[in-house]
Amino acid sequence: MISDYSELFGALRPESALVLGALAVLALDLSILRKRRHASRLLFAVLVAGVAVVVAGALAVVGPHGSIFGGALIFDRLAVATRIGVLTLALLALGIASASKSQRNPAEYIAVILFATSGLTLMAATQQLLLAFLALELASLSLYVLAGFDKSRPGSAEAGIKYFLFGGMAAAFLLFGFSLVYGLTGSIELPAIAERISAQPHNPLLMVALVMVLVAFGFKAAAAPFHLWAPDVYEGAPTASASLIASASKLAGFTFFTRILWSGFPSAAGSVATLHFSAGWLPALAAIAGFSMLIGNFGALAQQSVRRLLAYSAIAHSGALILGVLAAGQFGTGPLFYYAATYGLAAAGAFGVIAVVERTEPCQKITDLAGLHRRSPLLAGCMAVYVLSLAGIPPLAGFFGKFSVFAAALRLGGLAGPSGWLVILAIALSALALYYYLTILKQALVAAPADGAPALDVPPIAGATLLAAAGLIVVFGIFPGLLLDLF
Amino acid sequence: MNALPCTIYVSFAGAAAALALGRRSPTAARVGALVSALLAWGITLVAAFRFVPRPEGLQTLVDTPWIPQMGIHYHLAADGISLTLMVLTGLAAVAGILFSWNVVERTGEFFAFYLALIGGVFGVFLSADAFLFFVFYEIAIVPKYFLISIWGSTNREYGAMKLVLYSFAGSALVLAGLLWAYAAGGAQSFAISDLAMAATRFTHAEQVGMFGLVFLGFGVLAGMFPFHTWAPTGHVAAPTAASMLLAGVVMKLGAYGCLRIALPLFPTGLLFWQPMIAWLAVIGIVYAGLIALVQEDFKFVIGYSSVSHMGFVILGLAAANVRAVSGAVLQMFSHGVIAGLLFAVVGRMVYDRTHTRKLADLRQMSLYKQIPFAATVFVLAGLASMGMPGFSGFPAELTILIGAWQTSPWCTAVAAVGVLVAAAFTLRVIQASFFGTAKQPPAGAAPPVALPPITLPEKCGALLLIGATILIGLKPDLLLDLIRPALQAPLFQAALGGGAP
Amino acid sequence: MSNYPLLSLIVLTPWAGGLLLALLPKIGAGASRTIALVFSLSTLGLAALVLASFDAAAPGYQFVERRDWIASLNVHYYLGLDGLSLLLVLLTGIIAPVGLLASWRQTRDPRFFSLLFLVLQGSALGVFLALDFVPWFLFWELSLVPAYFLIKLWGGAGASRAAYQFVIYTIGGSAFMLLGFAGIFLTTGTLDFPTLARLGADGSLALRLSDLGGFWPTAVFLGVFIGLAVKVPLFPFHTWLPSAYAEAPTGASMFLTGVMSKMGVYGFIRILWPLFPAKLHALAPGLIWLALGGVVLGAFAAMRQTDLKRMVAYSSINHVSYCLLALFAVASVPGPGGQAAASALSGSLLQMFNHGLSAAALFFCVGVLEARSGGLRGIGDFGGVRSLAPLFAGLCGISMFSSLGLPGLNGFVGEFLIFRGVWGLVPWAAALSCLGLFATAYFLLTFWQKVFHGPKAGAAANGFGDLTGVELLTLVPLVVLMFAFGVLPQILTGLFNPLVTTWVNHLTP
Repeated sequence: MISDYSELFGALRPESALVLGALAVLALDLSILRKRRHASRLLFAVLVAGVAVVVAGALAVVGPHGSIFGGALIFDRLAVATRIGVLTLALLALGIASASKSQRNPAEYIAVILFATSGLTLMAATQQLLLAFLALELASLSLYVLAGFDKSRPGSAEAGIKYFLFGGMAAAFLLFGFSLVYGLTGSIELPAIAERISAQPHNPLLMVALVMVLVAFGFKAAAAPFHLWAPDVYEGAPTASASLIASASKLAGFTFFTRILWSGFPSAAGSVATLHFSAGWLPALAAIAGFSMLIGNFGALAQQSVRRLLAYSAIAHSGALILGVLAAGQFGTGPLFYYAATYGLAAAGAFGVIAVVERTEPCQKITDLAGLHRRSPLLAGCMAVYVLSLAGIPPLAGFFGKFSVFAAALRLGGLAGPSGWLVILAIALSALALYYYLTILKQALVAAPADGAPALDVPPIAGATLLAAAGLIVVFGIFPGLLLDLF
Repeated sequence: MNALPCTIYVSFAGAAAALALGRRSPTAARVGALVSALLAWGITLVAAFRFVPRPEGLQTLVDTPWIPQMGIHYHLAADGISLTLMVLTGLAAVAGILFSWNVVERTGEFFAFYLALIGGVFGVFLSADAFLFFVFYEIAIVPKYFLISIWGSTNREYGAMKLVLYSFAGSALVLAGLLWAYAAGGAQSFAISDLAMAATRFTHAEQVGMFGLVFLGFGVLAGMFPFHTWAPTGHVAAPTAASMLLAGVVMKLGAYGCLRIALPLFPTGLLFWQPMIAWLAVIGIVYAGLIALVQEDFKFVIGYSSVSHMGFVILGLAAANVRAVSGAVLQMFSHGVIAGLLFAVVGRMVYDRTHTRKLADLRQMSLYKQIPFAATVFVLAGLASMGMPGFSGFPAELTILIGAWQTSPWCTAVAAVGVLVAAAFTLRVIQASFFGTAKQPPAGAAPPVALPPITLPEKCGALLLIGATILIGLKPDLLLDLIRPALQAPLFQAALGGGAP
Repeated sequence: MSNYPLLSLIVLTPWAGGLLLALLPKIGAGASRTIALVFSLSTLGLAALVLASFDAAAPGYQFVERRDWIASLNVHYYLGLDGLSLLLVLLTGIIAPVGLLASWRQTRDPRFFSLLFLVLQGSALGVFLALDFVPWFLFWELSLVPAYFLIKLWGGAGASRAAYQFVIYTIGGSAFMLLGFAGIFLTTGTLDFPTLARLGADGSLALRLSDLGGFWPTAVFLGVFIGLAVKVPLFPFHTWLPSAYAEAPTGASMFLTGVMSKMGVYGFIRILWPLFPAKLHALAPGLIWLALGGVVLGAFAAMRQTDLKRMVAYSSINHVSYCLLALFAVASVPGPGGQAAASALSGSLLQMFNHGLSAAALFFCVGVLEARSGGLRGIGDFGGVRSLAPLFAGLCGISMFSSLGLPGLNGFVGEFLIFRGVWGLVPWAAALSCLGLFATAYFLLTFWQKVFHGPKAGAAANGFGDLTGVELLTLVPLVVLMFAFGVLPQILTGLFNPLVTTWVNHLTP
């Protein structure tokens, strides 16, 4: 079978647009903008990159559907939705990046963001093990660079190194797992793998392979016990990088692994619906989910640093998102996508606010946000929307995300089995979580500004980005059908 | 009737308007807020006057599919009970705004949060879809936090956080119960009637568990003993208008949730839990009353008295017959008005002027000579709170006692003791706060500073509330004619024992 | 029956007067007192109209007004009058203006004082005229509010505590009464007194209450009993009374003892006895002991008082307990009681009325003593007042002898009839209550002797003005009535004789 390369390139036009955009940014900066001020270099870079992302989005919408290139890529609803979601979140990251005052090598930074984005969009559509690994690495390597980009702060370097080491290890695990799978089934395409595995009895090597895959999943999703990189990376990385990691990378990662697990190993899943659960990767995932929620929520309680709090909150949300993965086999991926996408919006927005505040003074501790309502009502309002969405307060999107995921997970088997109990745990912990989310809002909306804290002016692009994110959260919260209809 | 959903929209629009107007001038924000609240209240009053009960109970106002993937509809409906409580909300909102006329700091934001809270509450009373109910219920939580922590007084950060976390925990329990019901029953939608139908297929254990979760969750917000501890702290910390609304209306959300959701959906579960809930209710009545009797902070007395009065509501609900439940709804209305009055006097009329709430200090002031209007209002409010005939509390408490007797005479007897305790602590606080004897100042000391007179908005607010309690006290049928037919609806039959009064 | 809502007018006119006073905050002292007096006298005027068309021999209630009120509880706005009610309305109509006159010289915020007094009067009238539990209870409870403020704001040193105790006791009792009536409504579906009386008479009320099971029917009875007993007050629920009466200002004390204590007795006759004849019969022996306790211990306690006002207060307990003694004696005997029962009941009603007059007069006299001496009212604080104020001494003496029960004065008839009746029904009780008579005689004569006779002493040492015009206006009508009803008691008995006969024939089981 001669694969149709034109079909492949046609399908990957969004990625091409992104790469071309990156190259254009670099070229523009190296030539015309060499002598300009930092601010205008950044501005131009962001504008060009923004255009590239928008073009990529348009191309993704009109792109092909169904299986491409002999099954290596698949553009089903989940893939298309994820690609558009990732591109939107990348756009937000670009907007946030535009707010930075001291970003060195702005064009390179923006270019690497675009590279990362292209990797992430590719991750959403792969159905073949090699291509999957390729996409994952493309995205991850770019993200490592983004994390360590700020050479003026040792925290950034630490973040970069930690992320790289953890990520490299996880990638190695994943590759080893993939090779075991190939050895067992003789195929690298997920549908074929599924068929061949269901034909075989349970093989211990398969278990090993699944464990490897789950380790990589846990790392990518920042789920316990593979979460240790998250607090340091979220704290040290430059704000726009952190936002991309927290939002787009998470969305793409969940889509990626959900597809691998459910399309590739459905028969090895096992079940968590009832007490007599059968062994498989579902119980293991359920355990991971439980740990993540516990560690994430309790860890966040003790945080003084706003970024670390967001990191632990990310860990907790990962746990809840995994519930969506548990239910995806039976009830589809709609709830999972909705939750992950809207979580991404809120997380990106939160980092965006931090980025704007950082323009005048460092924003590490929660108390650095004190008096935000007076210093910039726009920022305070947007922050309120993001934090409340993270907390799961209606009518914001975060609420419906949790609700639909919980409903799906409960329908698996009611309260008879671990899936149900995890839902109860999640609900209980969300009550706990409100406490630490409110501490952020307490500073932002209630507390008086610190003495001498200046008023904040919000640059237009960043402001527009934040408003857009907040607006999307509100709109999707009130009309979740808009996203769910995509499935 | 069809204009009722507008109460929600008007409130939220008013919130946005207040926020915007507040940048321009505080007065504009106040006026805007008042206009919005009056409009919403007017709509509820007109709807109540024109209401014609129908045998199916809830009359649908809006029903459009919202999230078809989960069978969720934007379904608003009203019956006599909803209307009663909405009239109360409108009244409390207007009165609260009048009593907050003197807020000068971040005025626009204050009224924005206030009206957002009101909008959420209106939404709860109109929801006929469990998901929508829950959404509005949670919407109402966040403004509470900010109202208390920004404009509150004693211990406001702690009080705000405690109140919100308890409320949220309660709603988490409700969510768990509802999702369980939805999942286990295989219901196609979240409409309350559909869930009720699905619930008939549950096992006894499932009904017991679900009712327990849901009732407990709502009960926390209603101030059910022993989960009531957030209420005194929170209400004391809150600014006056917020206290009025919190004690007056928001606590009723919990009771309403019990009535609208827990009772129709899980009647078998109700039967199981009934004795325990009834006992917790009457223990709450007496216990909270006794605690109120020994408080030295004026506002704490009122805070505990709210818990005590809500105990009557919970008793009425637990008794689960038409008479007791109608009494409970009437008591919800009555207490809403009375709590509003009491907090208004304590917070706005007294504290804003004397800057103290300690009874020891107030005893020295002989306030009835300085602010006689406030003293009169407080005496009237106190009489109403005691259950004095002529005020709305009396028909409500009598109806509850009669209804509760059918289920548990012992609980009723203890509740009657609660009436006595209420009289004791109310009279004590009246005596201490307004009618103390001033010590003669030492010769040569400066003459005491005259207190600022009672302003017109305060007088209007007070007269509105007093008028309401006396009107319903003398003519409770105005509300009972709305409430009783609603309880005959098919949805309540299983829980209320076939409709026998 | 006339077409005018006369009974509503009787109840509401004093309240209208109170409202008028409330709406005129700047009005002067004299004007407010006058307005109050006028509205207060309206009761007598309207009662005269009622009297004109009242037919004592007609059965049932007259001037009935019955309107729907709270449909869901089957409650009606129901007013009606029979001989008992009319008697007490007349009593109120006399005592209230007299009380206002007694307070004429009171200078502290007379407008508010008069307002409260009028509200109190209206509430008391409502209690005597209402025939459905909810309006009756409304008036019953509402009367506490002005009484509380009258005691607290114009009272003596311990007024706060006395007022608090008074209200809490009464509300406590009322809470149990409310509970009892909740049970009654639950089993019968009505709160209407005449209907309930009918049900009580033929035993169906007891039958329905037995549906409650267990000891709850008794609990219902006890609830209603306690609510009424606290008000009278019946021993041992009387502990609130001495302080309350003593600390209250004179005019309020007069009204409290003259009218409010009768509300309790009225409740026993109108509510407790008709509704629970069997229970009352069963418990009567014990209750007789309680009434005796009030009679004997009240009188003996009065003997030991040095504070004159407390003395008269305890004496009130004694006198009112006679009324209840008579009632319980009648209830304790099975079967129609015949002559003795009729005598006891008539005596009880007469005693209610006459005690009102004499106790009010006595409180007023103590008030005069207090006013002249600048606040002293101990028995040892005065001496030889007779020589300084002969008119006062004379009128006060007449009041004392009326309270004592001297033949020729009004107090005698009631006491005599009670004794005659009780002796015929429960002889030993009559014998024991003679102790009360002796004690009463003792302390009243001691009062008379110490204060009015002997050398001028104490506050009287530097002169004691005789009665002023207003004071005369207060006391003389009372004394005149004492003579009138002493010599011509049939004026009063004519109002209720047929009623008593009905009771004797139909009510006792």
